[in-house]
Amino acid sequence: MKLTPVLSANWDQKDLFTIDGYRRNGGYSAMKKALAMEPAAIISLIKESGLRGRGGAGFPTGLKWSFIPQGDGKPHYLVVNADESEPGTCKDMPLLLANPHVLIEGVIIASYAINSNQAFIYVRGEVVHVVRRLQQAVADAYAAGLLGKNIDGKGYDLDLVIHAGAGAYICGEETALLDSLEGFRGQPRLRPPFPAIAGLYACPTVINNVESIASVPAIINGGVAWFASMGTEKSKGFTLYSLSGHVKQPGQYEAPLGITLRELLELSGGVREGHTLKFWTPGGSSTPLFTAEHLDVPLDYEGVASAGSMLGTKALQIFDETTCIVRAVLRWSEFYQHESCGKCTPCREGTYWLVQILKDLEAGKGTEEDLDKLLDLCDNILGRAFCALGDGATSPITSSIKYFRSEYIAHLTAGQCPFDPVASTLFAGVNA
Amino acid sequence: MTITNNTENVVAQAEMVTATIDGFEVSVPKGTLIIRAAETIGIQIPRFCDHPLLAPVGACRQCLVDVEVNGRAFPKPQASCTMPIEPGMVVKTQLSSPVAEKAQRGVMEFLLINHPLDCPVCDKGGECPLQNQAMSTGQGQTRFEGTKRTFPKPINISSQVLLDRERCILCARCTRFSEQIAGDPFISMSERGALQQVAIYEKDPFESYFSGNTIQICPVGALTGASYRFRARPFDLVSTATACEHCAAGCSMRTDVRRSKVLRRLAGDDPAVNEEWNCDKGRWAFTYATAPDRLTTPLIRNEMSGELVPASWPEAIAVAAAGLSKSRAAVLPGGRLTLEEVYTYQKFARVVLGTNDIDFRARPFSAEESAFLASHVVGSTISNADIDSADSVLLISFEAEEESPIIFLRIRKQVMKRALKVGTVAPFLTPGASKLNAMLYHSITEIESFFTNKSLILVGERAAQTPGLLSKVIEIANSSGAKIAWIPRRAGERGAIEAGAIGNLLPLGRPVSNATARVDIAAAWGIASLPSGPGLDTLEILKSAATGQIGALLIGGLDPFDLAEPAIALAALDSAFVVSLELRESEVTKRANVVFPVASVTEKSGTFLNWEGRERGFEQVLKDTTRVSDLRVLTMLAEALAAPLNLRDSVSAKAEFDSLGEWDGERTPAPSEPIVAAPTPSAGEAVLITWRMLLDLGSMQDGEANLAGTARKANVKLAAETASEIGVRDGDLVRVSTEAGSIALPLEITEMPVRVVWLPENSFGSQIRRSLRVTSGALVRIGSEA
Amino acid sequence: MLLKEATSDQMDEIIARYPRSRSAIMPLLHLVQSIEGFVTPQGIELVASKLGLSTAEVSGVATFYTQYKRRPVGEYHVGVCTNTLCAVMGGDAIFAGLKEHLGIGNDERTSDGKVSLEHIECNAACDYAPLIMVNWEFFDNQTVESAKALVDSLRDGEPPAPSRGPDRLPTWKENSAVLAGLNDGHANEGVQAGPASLVGLEIANRQIPEIGEQR
Repeated sequence: MKLTPVLSANWDQKDLFTIDGYRRNGGYSAMKKALAMEPAAIISLIKESGLRGRGGAGFPTGLKWSFIPQGDGKPHYLVVNADESEPGTCKDMPLLLANPHVLIEGVIIASYAINSNQAFIYVRGEVVHVVRRLQQAVADAYAAGLLGKNIDGKGYDLDLVIHAGAGAYICGEETALLDSLEGFRGQPRLRPPFPAIAGLYACPTVINNVESIASVPAIINGGVAWFASMGTEKSKGFTLYSLSGHVKQPGQYEAPLGITLRELLELSGGVREGHTLKFWTPGGSSTPLFTAEHLDVPLDYEGVASAGSMLGTKALQIFDETTCIVRAVLRWSEFYQHESCGKCTPCREGTYWLVQILKDLEAGKGTEEDLDKLLDLCDNILGRAFCALGDGATSPITSSIKYFRSEYIAHLTAGQCPFDPVASTLFAGVNA
Repeated sequence: MTITNNTENVVAQAEMVTATIDGFEVSVPKGTLIIRAAETIGIQIPRFCDHPLLAPVGACRQCLVDVEVNGRAFPKPQASCTMPIEPGMVVKTQLSSPVAEKAQRGVMEFLLINHPLDCPVCDKGGECPLQNQAMSTGQGQTRFEGTKRTFPKPINISSQVLLDRERCILCARCTRFSEQIAGDPFISMSERGALQQVAIYEKDPFESYFSGNTIQICPVGALTGASYRFRARPFDLVSTATACEHCAAGCSMRTDVRRSKVLRRLAGDDPAVNEEWNCDKGRWAFTYATAPDRLTTPLIRNEMSGELVPASWPEAIAVAAAGLSKSRAAVLPGGRLTLEEVYTYQKFARVVLGTNDIDFRARPFSAEESAFLASHVVGSTISNADIDSADSVLLISFEAEEESPIIFLRIRKQVMKRALKVGTVAPFLTPGASKLNAMLYHSITEIESFFTNKSLILVGERAAQTPGLLSKVIEIANSSGAKIAWIPRRAGERGAIEAGAIGNLLPLGRPVSNATARVDIAAAWGIASLPSGPGLDTLEILKSAATGQIGALLIGGLDPFDLAEPAIALAALDSAFVVSLELRESEVTKRANVVFPVASVTEKSGTFLNWEGRERGFEQVLKDTTRVSDLRVLTMLAEALAAPLNLRDSVSAKAEFDSLGEWDGERTPAPSEPIVAAPTPSAGEAVLITWRMLLDLGSMQDGEANLAGTARKANVKLAAETASEIGVRDGDLVRVSTEAGSIALPLEITEMPVRVVWLPENSFGSQIRRSLRVTSGALVRIGSEA
Repeated sequence: MLLKEATSDQMDEIIARYPRSRSAIMPLLHLVQSIEGFVTPQGIELVASKLGLSTAEVSGVATFYTQYKRRPVGEYHVGVCTNTLCAVMGGDAIFAGLKEHLGIGNDERTSDGKVSLEHIECNAACDYAPLIMVNWEFFDNQTVESAKALVDSLRDGEPPAPSRGPDRLPTWKENSAVLAGLNDGHANEGVQAGPASLVGLEIANRQIPEIGEQR
């Protein structure tokens, strides 16, 4: 399998992040093309391309756009979800640092397609330099007549606001993001009504991930056939895989959907020297863990799902045999407890309880029955919580007990964690 | 809590949807939520965040059920409080689905891990939805072995509401009520996740007029009332359905008693009037009836010492009867009586005293108002439903939130639901009016393109203080087709009008001046004739008494300082032979010749007519009382005067009133008075505008310090131009004065007309009638206090 | 200068960006932090009055988000990622090392007011683990020793440039202004892409393009 850099293709080109650099590399040509098309034709094209949401759920992007009622007399909104916070996920931030204009170009095309004159980029607040790059890119786009009134002389108006979050994982959930953007506590909303009907300010709204929107200019330019030449039947195109953890070369790898972790490890040099793969996440901590037995699972929506997990954000966090599974899972569980918004009972109280049990287990306290209790609590959270955060919180626990039950028991037998935390550090043997 | 199907569009939406719940077929109006459809066939799905009058939220997850639509099952259980029934839907609740049953049990377990085990000392214990549903849906033993979340025990979020965050299950009913219903988001969810909690902003307490409702809808003991806390166990209370005696909204209530003592009052459930809400005054202002100065025995004035001394009932009746028969007598029953009582007063006046000199109005009024009441109020059928369907609502001399809070909620509901257009004629936009998104008009004459033939004009009793205003309202209504409704402040005024406790009206709108009407009533009462001359109004009666033309006064509830001219009232009380029927010592009893202690609202039964004319009947709460009602005192007096009323009790009084029948004869003509220009103030002067705040120094709020603690702080309001004219800035003390006295309060610069000053009418630090001896519209002096 | 006077025009400018004023609450709270260093009561009250909200509503929003601080943080706020991947790769050791080195705990500030410490959640730079954020600027690939050296230089007033950020490390307040939506003009500084962001591209560039797959 070959890598197919498209989004990341020009990240090594000088000053790509500036408007001049972007234009030098062909930037804003797709916008010109798109503004000459009928909005409906753009939606059809994106539908036909088979582009699916890159934020985790994989919903067909063009179909989402087509849900926006046209001629309804209401304002329409495009909101870009740049609240990248899923543990292990680190693709959108480097993309925005290196190429903020590709997102803006995608925003213009998408907004035009859904008849929106106001778009927002909701970017997490803990990445100031990314916020800066976006602010500057928007200012430069306005100055160049690419945003504002009568864009590119085509009579189309669009305003774009960069909105910085303030530290809340839940705002990556699209309806929580909308509440947050409206100035409320970022808690998920009841659906229906779905955002396409009553989203931001109760108006029709499309919410897309950064990578989804950033993929649009390339599809406009490259065409449906080109896009479909990559990927698998139901998971078309290229995408960013983020490799992190105990690997020789962590980083961003852009490849056709359906590549396997084995292929990616081969391309990147593999697990760190002298160690072996123990477990990994296919798409962030909310996707059930995989082990070495899943090295050949095609990393597309269907492939990962049929192996019992989710493609998610394609955040491939690699852990070798030095990593204690209980510690890893406890830490994720603490994350979910910290980030639970508090709205619904199963997530708020469940994550609070799970952490307490896992803390005991990591310290070697408790009994094997606690594992069954953990699984039963997860059963009472999964599918019972208001949104997917609660479901995500159960993923590491249930999958880890499935694959590493004996390691949990080893903690209980030893009365303590049998692992040396130093061994798993990057600087193990250097200065620990 | 409403258990029945309370979906408001039930009647309008005839379309029915049929589905199956636990194997039983159920047909409900389209849009009905699963949880409420289940109720209709007796299936109770446990719930906490769900409340029929709040928008669905689906937060607590307690009501999860399995759902199948078109043969396709949802992969996971759904919240039945957020999902409407669809045709052919198959719902399986905890009764028939093991998955739903486990889901509910799981959620219950989660709710309980952080809940303290203090039920034995919790006010809610015994009537607690969490306790009850933990019994029905929970498991006996806990599996939680960890550390519970703890918070410092209850904190005062206002002087009357306490919050125990450990007990809170974060259903957000209270915050949603405050935001959605009351429009007072002074409490909010704070923090996040397991640390989430209900909170006020530290400097701004939860001073909503509707705060008590949050206690009532709290499904646990997290919110408790300072006045009821630790007072009783729910199972020791005896509950009686009652009606609120405070204002003309006529809220349905429940009064709870333990060992002959009223311990609390709750909002009753009456969708047509108050839904499930009431205001904090209605909820907590009841201790006036047990104040230390409550009268216990009849009193008569000792002619030698001039002191009031206790007397026996027969003795007091004899003295009173003698006094009333000796000279021309008149009757001032006041505005807070039941329909039965006020009917008895007017019958007493006409049958026993042979006079039409009776007037229930113990407040500023006008002759124009008398005509208006007779032409437009008596018999009116305008109701809350007209608010619900109005195209627009105009408030005139009526601050709904302060003067009739439940009408305020009713209007606000329509504003929120369908952006009902609201206008207010007032000097400035009050917080209450702004919560109605009201357009502000400084004068009725400046209103344009507001009315349709489905508009509603709500006129407050204060309109009588502006000459010509009521006539103008009638003119507008006649030309636009808009409806007029009059909203008095006191609970008994509409009943008094219907009963004919006013000089120009006999019962049920019969004009005194109409011979047929008089014959009608005389026949019903079995007497030869009724007095035919028009009766004097309150002010005329008092003036005549002060000058000796009237020698005796029979007085119900009356406070001279509620009247436009307290001095005349005091002079009248000093000169006439006064028979006073009262609860507590008052300015009237102090000057009375005979005082009869009467029953409070809990010690009698009866009926209020609310502003709609709707009957608000209530039962006697304290069954073992020996208190005597006004009605009983009057019948004893009548018997002593050998003119029996033939009214044994409130039941017979009501029956007689009901038997009189509607009047279909001519009505009193509408008033047609010109608008009188307001006085023109010069620099250093201003036109006074004033009204009463909901919580103030009203004597029926006595004895409830926790409630008083949430009253709005009094201030003086001026426009910026007026303030600079007299050299004061925001927050400075401003002195407002008349010949009679003065009031000094801090200034709040307000957008309002120049040389107009506003003060609260009867608040701490601002008692207009006592200090200034004037009413709204008077010219007063304003100046810097410094 | 009083908060109100310092920010009134900026607040109006920020509010004007949104179709509905309430949407400005988050940037306004960032703006409050840019003047006050944290969300002060005056800040809550000012934002409430600017937006026509109750103080409880503003406070409810402010307490929901972890970036809004209730008490002063350091001029340099140091966040050590201790989410699983960074923790395992050394974040736990770094955090423990910094606590000991600075003599402060989580959510505490050194007595000179220069540095505060917080363990943070995943900050979207896992390919640069272990990660430290200072005033929400990236300091990639940290070790215990590099982290100690970093905080020492912060306390000495000689902050190093972030790995991927502006040439000079801004203060907490300066960066809060950026989050409020005020462009500080430093966007064009710093690298375009860090090394880990480019590894995939470099490998791809070394692969021989197959026919039909040229971009």
